[in-house]
Amino acid sequence: MTLPALHEVPRPETEHDKLREIWRPPSGLRFITAVNNTYIGIFYVGAALLFFLLAGLLALGMRTQLLFAENEFLSQEAYNQFFTMHGTIMMFLFAVPAVEAMGVFLLPPMLAARDLPFPRLSAYAFWAYFVGGLIFFGSLFFGLAPRGGWFMYPPLTSTQYSPGISADFWLLGIGFIEISAIAGAVEILVGVLRTRAPGMSLDKLPIYAWAMLVFATLIVLAFPAIILGTALLELERAFGWPFFDAARGGDPLLWQHLFWFFGHPEVYIIFLPAAGFVSMILPTMAGVPLAGYRLVVIALLATGFTAMGVWVHHMFATGIPSLSVSFFSAASMAVAVPSGIQVFAWIATLASGRLRFHTPALFLLGFLFIFTLGGLTGVMVGLVPFDWQVHDTYFIVAHFHYVLIGGMVFPLFAAFYYWAPIASIRPLSERLGRWVFGLLFVGFNVAFFPMHITGLLGMPRRVWTYPADVGWEGLNQLSTAGAYLIAAAVLLFLIDVLRNFRLTTDKGGAGNVWNAGTLEWIENSTYGVRSIPPVDAREPLWAHRDLRELTEAGAYFLPGSVTGGRETLVTSPLEGRPQFVLQLPGPGWSPLLAAVATALGFFMLTLKLVVPALVLAGVTVAFLCIWLWGSDPGPAGPPADVGGGHVVPTSASGPLSHSWWGTVVLIVVLAMLFGALVFSYLYLWTVSRQVWPASTGQPLPAPFWPLAAAAAFAASSLAMAWANRALGRSRPDRRASERVGLGLALGLLVAAFLLELVGQRASGLSPTTSSYGALVYVGIALEGALVLALVVMGLYTLARSLTGRLGPERRATFDNTRLLWHYGVAQGLALLVLLHLAPLVLG
Amino acid sequence: MQSVLAPVGPYADSTAILSGVLFVGGTLVFLGVMVAIVLAVRSSSRARRFLSRDTTILAFGAGLPIVTLSALLIWGLRIEVGLEAGPPSALQIEVRGHQWWWHVRYLEEGGRWDFVTANEIRIPTGVPVELRLSSADVIHSFWVPSLAGKLDMVPGRTNRLTVQADEPGVFRGQCAEYCGGPHALMAFHVVAETPADFETWRERQRRPAPEPVGEEARRGREVFLASGCEVCHRVAGTPARGTVGPDLTHVGGRLHLMSGMLRSHRGTFGGWIASAQHLKPGNQMPSYDTLPGADLRALATWLESLE
Repeated sequence: MTLPALHEVPRPETEHDKLREIWRPPSGLRFITAVNNTYIGIFYVGAALLFFLLAGLLALGMRTQLLFAENEFLSQEAYNQFFTMHGTIMMFLFAVPAVEAMGVFLLPPMLAARDLPFPRLSAYAFWAYFVGGLIFFGSLFFGLAPRGGWFMYPPLTSTQYSPGISADFWLLGIGFIEISAIAGAVEILVGVLRTRAPGMSLDKLPIYAWAMLVFATLIVLAFPAIILGTALLELERAFGWPFFDAARGGDPLLWQHLFWFFGHPEVYIIFLPAAGFVSMILPTMAGVPLAGYRLVVIALLATGFTAMGVWVHHMFATGIPSLSVSFFSAASMAVAVPSGIQVFAWIATLASGRLRFHTPALFLLGFLFIFTLGGLTGVMVGLVPFDWQVHDTYFIVAHFHYVLIGGMVFPLFAAFYYWAPIASIRPLSERLGRWVFGLLFVGFNVAFFPMHITGLLGMPRRVWTYPADVGWEGLNQLSTAGAYLIAAAVLLFLIDVLRNFRLTTDKGGAGNVWNAGTLEWIENSTYGVRSIPPVDAREPLWAHRDLRELTEAGAYFLPGSVTGGRETLVTSPLEGRPQFVLQLPGPGWSPLLAAVATALGFFMLTLKLVVPALVLAGVTVAFLCIWLWGSDPGPAGPPADVGGGHVVPTSASGPLSHSWWGTVVLIVVLAMLFGALVFSYLYLWTVSRQVWPASTGQPLPAPFWPLAAAAAFAASSLAMAWANRALGRSRPDRRASERVGLGLALGLLVAAFLLELVGQRASGLSPTTSSYGALVYVGIALEGALVLALVVMGLYTLARSLTGRLGPERRATFDNTRLLWHYGVAQGLALLVLLHLAPLVLG
Repeated sequence: MQSVLAPVGPYADSTAILSGVLFVGGTLVFLGVMVAIVLAVRSSSRARRFLSRDTTILAFGAGLPIVTLSALLIWGLRIEVGLEAGPPSALQIEVRGHQWWWHVRYLEEGGRWDFVTANEIRIPTGVPVELRLSSADVIHSFWVPSLAGKLDMVPGRTNRLTVQADEPGVFRGQCAEYCGGPHALMAFHVVAETPADFETWRERQRRPAPEPVGEEARRGREVFLASGCEVCHRVAGTPARGTVGPDLTHVGGRLHLMSGMLRSHRGTFGGWIASAQHLKPGNQMPSYDTLPGADLRALATWLESLE
């Protein structure tokens, strides 16, 4: 069956040339200014692999040290830095970026989009991560690397027990790299929801895109908690605001709650995209569609849902009440169900097809073996009494390496071998690939299986040495041997990549070598597919044998450019109906320079050089404004025919706009950040009531202050609504009121913030005396940061109005500012309730 | 002996039984899944048709785990409750984690303290003993696998753990929560003795340190008091009243030195004092490597005599 062509073919040759010209990547060294997903995706994967190698080398160092009892290969100091850096880099600089990178690279071709919806945001996120990550790793060479463990538990990481700046490297470095992960999540969420091929309704979404939706949602929900946690710990270190200091009403366990509220979803954040790889690759290798597609989608959603409710299982041994322990134990066991469904769906896929034993298939079989074992030990540690014994021992080290290496690294290698032909003019070697698999599989099991036993024999984690007479030496030697086999596998993989991977971004890769059914196997270039095919099946290339050919001939949507620039089609989130043509930006220096300035700014802050840090923050904002100035260009002309009689506009504002969706995601992030703060407040109230005003007699600010602040907040929102009404009218004489409204809103917002700050100061409350004062001021500081951002956005919007870049048809900038404005006001009002009513009600 | 697989009391026992069931059950499930994979790839078309059905996915992927895990969960919770409530104990011991050693205080009935020791906990066999765990600085975790699971020592909190040894023996334990620097070298021992032996030991602990016997021991005490040791250490019966480091009143009677890492004898006393920083980098005790050899030997002799 053939999907009818929407445009006459053959197309005029000039059209294709024009498309190529529009999307031509910057040449020579300027290639680093590229922003489209093919480039950023490859940079991103490469950088993640680099950090994988670096963290792997640290692991080899540790394994060598543990080869003999009382060995002196590494000093205690070096070992403590190594395991801290190994865990931190693997989690934050390899695993999350690697799966995000694969998403950036794979999602647009899989959805037949020309690019992701915010290309410069991806570029910014990548460069910030790469530069920040290199600086972070560099701390090792100056003996400044953090040594508090990847979990950074206070009070070990407080200034008293970790003087110097090594802990600040972690807090500022990682806190900032998380912001880059969130930027990537925004990109992926909006990309999957709004830039799919026409007709690709949610029930035809490739399963990988489903996995990435859950992945990005989890990042958005979970990462704010750790960002708040790192901010609180840094405030405690830098200014003595006590959040975790038990002597002043803080609690070290608050950190553990915030850390694991992020830290456990993190595991699924890493695993779900990998499960998505499996559900894409296995059907191709078996030659049949995925069995139980709907069940797998439900399983992905259920995993994401459960993932948010299991964090306390990392805290079973802290002595928290048994009721909550039991709840989290049950929730942890529940995760086994969606995983079980996926495993049996994969088995069903194997059973309904005929497996071809190519290299990717081998990695997937290895994955099934290792991941099943890791899942079973996961059930074991979910049982509280068992966990009390094995917690913080090598049994746990074995368990999570089975889950993470089995659950993520094996599928990632499968993905490299499977998708390499898209990016490279020739596939990776089957022969070398088999060796890589064999070495990795054997090495992995030799290294990590014995650790289960080492742990049961009593060996705790994070020990740089052990005595000779406890009987751990033989097992450790086995593990070390396995580690070197893994290293050999990785080395062989690198050789394979060097020999066979020949990147191509404009010729389309080696072709559909596996005879796969999804859209990324249509010839791709920097501009993505030649034309955007309509979709009416989950495996379009299997359903329509000539789809590839017709798409490449330009028979479908947008065979050229209707606006004369880079563009992609935006579709509706549920059914994938064409909605508008999104004009996309091309290469430029501003995202790169903004990212470098951000990374250096955080570095300066680590070194306690506040003035340079502030200057760099200013530079970052300046570059952000430069890059944004050209966006929101308004319609490029009358609505255009994109094919098949679909005539759509070339710009959008309000809820139709992709940027509105991005803003909504940002608001969810901010709300989660604020929610984490409310949690911290209520949590510390339950453990440290003695420092709350009812016990200390600390006077609350007079009611005038919060009431005046609330009035100013509300008035600010009203002024913004008024400006909105003015902008909606097309009469040019209304422009003045739109500007007056914006100006008023700005002034009132700042006034509201200052009223709250001054009121608390006037009551004599200090942020350093107790955790109560520290929480009040951190709430105000959080609102202050948001107000500052809104002031910048307000002034920017005002500048666009004054320069004639705002109008009834060209108002996405204004709409986004307005949306965030109302959120800022809502958060301000919620903060007033928390700071002024909660102490009265809670007592 | 520091192993989950060698339990010597009811608390560690119940967990060991649970572990055994988990290992056997886990192995069976693992083999089942592997067999299913092999059948899916290689077997006759009938088995493969069965495996490819949605109902099979649901039955094995969801049904089986829900049933088995619910049963396990209920059993696990019952064990957990048994471990937590623990019958009221006559003997209560306060254990306070320090970077990087263990402060141990025996309590009398009514909560007043009886005597102080460090890095070694003696308990009578056959009775439950309640440990009150706290921390003086960072988070530590108290773990003697042969007796019970671990429990954290968190600043600002006191956690309670009940242990019981049913036979005499020496059981090694180790800090299980990374606590910085020489965390790897923060071990201790629980020595279980018959109730009669335990009473004898307890009587001796209540007394001040014995008077030095012989010239060398006397000289050792002088060196101790003159070299600054008394600033950090307490030896009851002498002017030494320091509380920064372990109480040394009966240090010669303990089996180990250096928080459980060295067997205690005259040679290791001397070695530890002379090179504390080399043996345990970053710990609070300086290396007294400038002490003349004769003084060092005298000091070691006296300390060893403090039984």
